[in-house]
Amino acid sequence: MTATPAAARAQIITRAPWREHAEEALIPPLVALLVAAICGDLLILSYGQSPAAVYRLLLEGTWGNAYGFGQVLYKATTLAFTGLAVSFGLRAGLFNIGGESQLAAGGFGAALTGLALPVGTPLILALPLCMIAAGLGGGVVGAVPAYLKTKFGAHEVIVTIMLNFVVLALLNWFIAGHLHVPETLHTPEIHAGVLPRLADLSSTFHGSAANLALIVAVLVAAAVWFYLFRARGGYELRAVGLQPDAAEYGGISVGRVWMRALTFSGVIAGIGGINYVLGYKHYYEDGFASGAGFLGIAVALVGRNHPIGVLIAAFFFATLSQGGLAIHAFVPKQMMDVLQGVVILAVAMSVPEVRRVLRSARRTREA
Amino acid sequence: MSEAIKLERIGKAFGDVVALNGASLEVQSGEIHALVGENGAGKSTLMKVLGGLIKPDEGRVDVNGRDVTGWSTSDAIAAGIGIVHQHFMLVPTLTVAENLVLGCEPKSRAGVLDHRRAAEDVRKLSAGTGLAIEPERLIADLSVGEAQRVEILKVLFRGARILVLDEPTAVLSPPEVRELWAVLRRLRDQGDTIILITHRLDEVVDLSDTITVMRAGKTVARIKTADTTPAEIARLMVGREVSLSAGKRVQPLNQSAPANSDQGLVVRNVSVVGSRGIRVVDDVSFSVKPGEILGIAGVEGNGQTELIEAIAGLRSVAAGQILVDGVEITRHSVAKRHDAGLSHIPEDRHRRGLILEYTVADNLILGVQKSFARNGVLDNDRILANASEDISSFDIRPPNPILEARALSGGNQQKIVVAREMGRQFSALLASQPTRGVDVGAIEFIHQQLLDARASGKAILLVSAELNEVLALSDRIAVMYRGKFAGVMSSSDATEEILGELMIGARKGNAA
Repeated sequence: MTATPAAARAQIITRAPWREHAEEALIPPLVALLVAAICGDLLILSYGQSPAAVYRLLLEGTWGNAYGFGQVLYKATTLAFTGLAVSFGLRAGLFNIGGESQLAAGGFGAALTGLALPVGTPLILALPLCMIAAGLGGGVVGAVPAYLKTKFGAHEVIVTIMLNFVVLALLNWFIAGHLHVPETLHTPEIHAGVLPRLADLSSTFHGSAANLALIVAVLVAAAVWFYLFRARGGYELRAVGLQPDAAEYGGISVGRVWMRALTFSGVIAGIGGINYVLGYKHYYEDGFASGAGFLGIAVALVGRNHPIGVLIAAFFFATLSQGGLAIHAFVPKQMMDVLQGVVILAVAMSVPEVRRVLRSARRTREA
Repeated sequence: MSEAIKLERIGKAFGDVVALNGASLEVQSGEIHALVGENGAGKSTLMKVLGGLIKPDEGRVDVNGRDVTGWSTSDAIAAGIGIVHQHFMLVPTLTVAENLVLGCEPKSRAGVLDHRRAAEDVRKLSAGTGLAIEPERLIADLSVGEAQRVEILKVLFRGARILVLDEPTAVLSPPEVRELWAVLRRLRDQGDTIILITHRLDEVVDLSDTITVMRAGKTVARIKTADTTPAEIARLMVGREVSLSAGKRVQPLNQSAPANSDQGLVVRNVSVVGSRGIRVVDDVSFSVKPGEILGIAGVEGNGQTELIEAIAGLRSVAAGQILVDGVEITRHSVAKRHDAGLSHIPEDRHRRGLILEYTVADNLILGVQKSFARNGVLDNDRILANASEDISSFDIRPPNPILEARALSGGNQQKIVVAREMGRQFSALLASQPTRGVDVGAIEFIHQQLLDARASGKAILLVSAELNEVLALSDRIAVMYRGKFAGVMSSSDATEEILGELMIGARKGNAA
């Protein structure tokens, strides 16, 4: 009140507390990983194996060779999409458990479009069209719970879970009843003249399924980041997620934000369908999305709902999943599922606790 | 008559906040005893000490001549103390009888709940007390008054002979209140002891035998109802110490009457229906001229919150019109009301006014985010420049725009809200509890901001639980009581005593 505005302005600190941010972003997950690694050691020891040997094998089978690494990237791609989808919803305070069906519907949309396009359609046109169809497929599935929530207050968790059954059953009926190649549960292959198998476009990863969809995932993550933290829509979306009453007071239509957030959450998961359908198999197969939607929740949780965190978490979970195959000879593959569970629990339990310790340590340091 | 309850010099602090400081209460058995005081005087805390929910830091609790200091809730229930809470604690999907027997269910030989016996027990109790209720009805189907009867029956069913009722009439309609009174008198005549917590004076005078007045965690008086007047109780409740020198009042602005009488804020016959179906704002009309502050005084819970939220667009109105500068905004969205020139300092800055996880800079654009974006992308440089300006002109500390709002003190958080709402283009301002929980220096600063806005021709509607704030800032003062304006007067005619009596319904005013 006493200082002149000009003088006071000079004192204003605009330094970002980078160090604090970095500490809080990195240290808690690392602690969680440490906890998980210790649990993993105990598990491996209980099978009478040496943890060092098993971990070495795990690394060799995943990051140690081009094929393994490609497979990790392939698996990470789908998880990145579903993880981004879940985290986008969570930023608006909505829990989208419908990743499974949104992913499947997206893949179905991409396959149908690929099958419908005439041979000779240029790649530059065919790929975007298939992606739009995938996004539409997921978006429609996401829009249903969004509409029911906004209009009637139906809880999105219930609706998205139940919709998983409905949509997957519908898709199964389409495939089994109308579109399948005899003796299989998948559609015919998309003609290579329309769209080549995306994994074939690059030979870097020696026949693994890693493909162009990975770059799409990174682009989507960048777009989500920009929207959430730079766009007005993201400002409003996060406001609704953090404090809906304050958002309403600030003239933000909470219902409209819910609608947008869940629909686009579905769109993001839907686009993920191209990874399997266009990138790997070149057809839609019943049940391809199984598990990836739900694992997306874990990816979003471990990635702390930040696009960069989600990408890292997706890569990590893909490594565990691919690593399970590599260490099969020593310990059962299911051990990796257990380890995944341990990681999720460790993150959920240790992150708030570690952050509390960090903050109190900082306060003592400052005092 | 013997003493049923004797609480002596009870002290209790929550962290730095002292809730009770030498509070005492003596209740004879077989009387209706009113415990009165303003919000935050410590009435509910004292009853929680009695009920065993809170252990006192100091003092002594005697029940029926036995020292029971620091006992537990189950001890209290066993000793026959029953607390009827302000908020109902019933299971809506169960029947009346099932709710009553919950925890002590009569079982048949097979260990299954004996519905018939439960219903019979309830019917017997219901007939004995005059609390008429059908045992088989679902709680969800009951009216508020009926649900309350069930609450009272519930504590009686557990054998309570000392009943504590916390604000029992807050949600009741007048006929329901009369029924409740009849029941309470009957229980007293049967020998039960009743403690009635309230801040409504008419109820106290109507019903009680003895009154204990609390203020700021202390017991200030214990009087026989027959020996006192509503005016005296009001004075005791409000307290003489917080009197205000006349010199601090605002001087009426010497302005020529505006050519267009539509200017400012106009509210016509507005009614708001609350969540329980009661008219919480009942046909209220007023106008605030440019350059004027209309203060609304009143005990909280008499419709002020709902009135402000209705004007702000956060609650729908059942009837009536709201106009800002002649433009009707009754059905406008919050955003369109902003555009029409309405600004709003909300009463709860943590729930409404701020997003605590957002930075100071981001909070300073809440509600005006549109003007800080181009093609949907936020302009961070302008957001920071805006923040720097507000931080220096409102002296927000620490002066760091990228700090989370959570890290700031209450006073500085409130300054963020005030800076934002005063910084935008507006012609009418709703200022709801603008200085609640704010330190003295910030209070003075915020008051000066309000007076400056008044001087520059803004129409300001001020709602405050602080009588001296209303008296110090307002040109005119309205008192809200049970959803209506109990009186409107020029601030020069108002005294704390007159307002205090209007606030608790002890005086009929001219509802102009």
